Amino acid sequence: MKPAPFAYAKARSLDHAVTLLDGAPDARVLAGGQSLVPALNMRLSTPSLLVDINGLPELGEVSRRDGHIEIGALVRHAQAERSAAVAQLAPLLARAIPHIAHPAIRNRGTIGGSIALADPAAELPACLLALRAEIEVTGRAGARTVPADDFFKGLFETALGPGDVLSAIRVPVPRSDARFGFAELARRHGDYALVGLAAAATADGGRLADVRLAFFGVGDRPTRTRRAEAALEAGDRDAAVAALQHDLSPHTDVHASAATRRHLAGVLLRRVAAQLDSPI
Amino acid sequence: MTDRVRVALTVNGERVDAEVEPRQNLVDFLREELQLTGSHVGCEHGVCGACTVRVDGTIVRGCLMLAVQCDGASVESIEGLSDSGDIADLQAAFCERNALQCGFCTPGVLLTAQELLMRSDGAPSRDQIREHLSGNYCRCTGYQAIVDAIEAVALARQGPAR
Repeated sequence: MKPAPFAYAKARSLDHAVTLLDGAPDARVLAGGQSLVPALNMRLSTPSLLVDINGLPELGEVSRRDGHIEIGALVRHAQAERSAAVAQLAPLLARAIPHIAHPAIRNRGTIGGSIALADPAAELPACLLALRAEIEVTGRAGARTVPADDFFKGLFETALGPGDVLSAIRVPVPRSDARFGFAELARRHGDYALVGLAAAATADGGRLADVRLAFFGVGDRPTRTRRAEAALEAGDRDAAVAALQHDLSPHTDVHASAATRRHLAGVLLRRVAAQLDSPI
Repeated sequence: MTDRVRVALTVNGERVDAEVEPRQNLVDFLREELQLTGSHVGCEHGVCGACTVRVDGTIVRGCLMLAVQCDGASVESIEGLSDSGDIADLQAAFCERNALQCGFCTPGVLLTAQELLMRSDGAPSRDQIREHLSGNYCRCTGYQAIVDAIEAVALARQGPAR
């Protein structure tokens, strides 16, 4: 199908983007467009105005500052995938990004767009949750910072309000004893995951501490599994897998039943637990 | 507010000035305004890869980029790539190995394969070829012959074995 008509405005600055959005309540931000344009083409989304932020180079940089790596909203997936800074300072993201869609999509798709969309089966929202990342939001009142724990509110729902632009994400630079794990199951490489898991922890002697497990594809948003986290910290993988019965309530759809998803979540938990046992 | 927007871009090296509706996708612009019909329209939501074109040197989905976004950009389609001779070896290998049947996916596959071959350090493995092509659907060949053709060209471009 073809999109319904809309107006188009190219933002000259972040403030200009906010002003443009402020003037049209149903306007949408156009970043990489790799999820928005399909929704336009299928007329699932029919905004009156698109505010194109692609001309704002200040949103396209990766930098290190104050114990964080900051990734601008417009950094493309392919750019992050090839970034030495991301590989070194945000290895969980480096591991997850190759799973996102396909090369031509990663050439255009942006980090900020994936987070702002908050698809429940997407990799990056879960990674941010596991990493205790922060999301920088710029709106009418200026910039504010939202912790990942508070950002994802529900199915495609986030802390972004009307007139807000997601401008950057900030990920804490890992300590030397940090551990990460990532795995997902999809029918075909690049498809949305049936189930996926992003995880972070710190090594504490022979044990794991501060375990954060963020599942995706099994709820209306990326989901922490607190009982399973506690069981892994206690060194009991079987108990962690069993705890998923309480921690997760996956859905049934055409791709997999709830029971299949729950089973696969346990499979992934064992794989990721093994990854957490050794440094990346 | 949904008025046409003036854009200036280059397409296959030639300057193009046009007025486009904001909602027009790049692939529709190429096909309908410029009669460059080598890029195909399949799924129109970024899944099939038939509309693959290059924008500023990297491959993108022609159905997921708006023509209005290409103001100032350099766009290359299969017509330009073919005329340049850059992929003559790939095209010959596809013919030789029956790596196409109906040909609908072929322009997109060729652009995707060329990007892989240009970016790879040495010849990519069959697994790498398959992974890079994972976003290009072919409903005729079963992919085996496509991977064969790309692998053959990848090895040939490394030059004679030393």
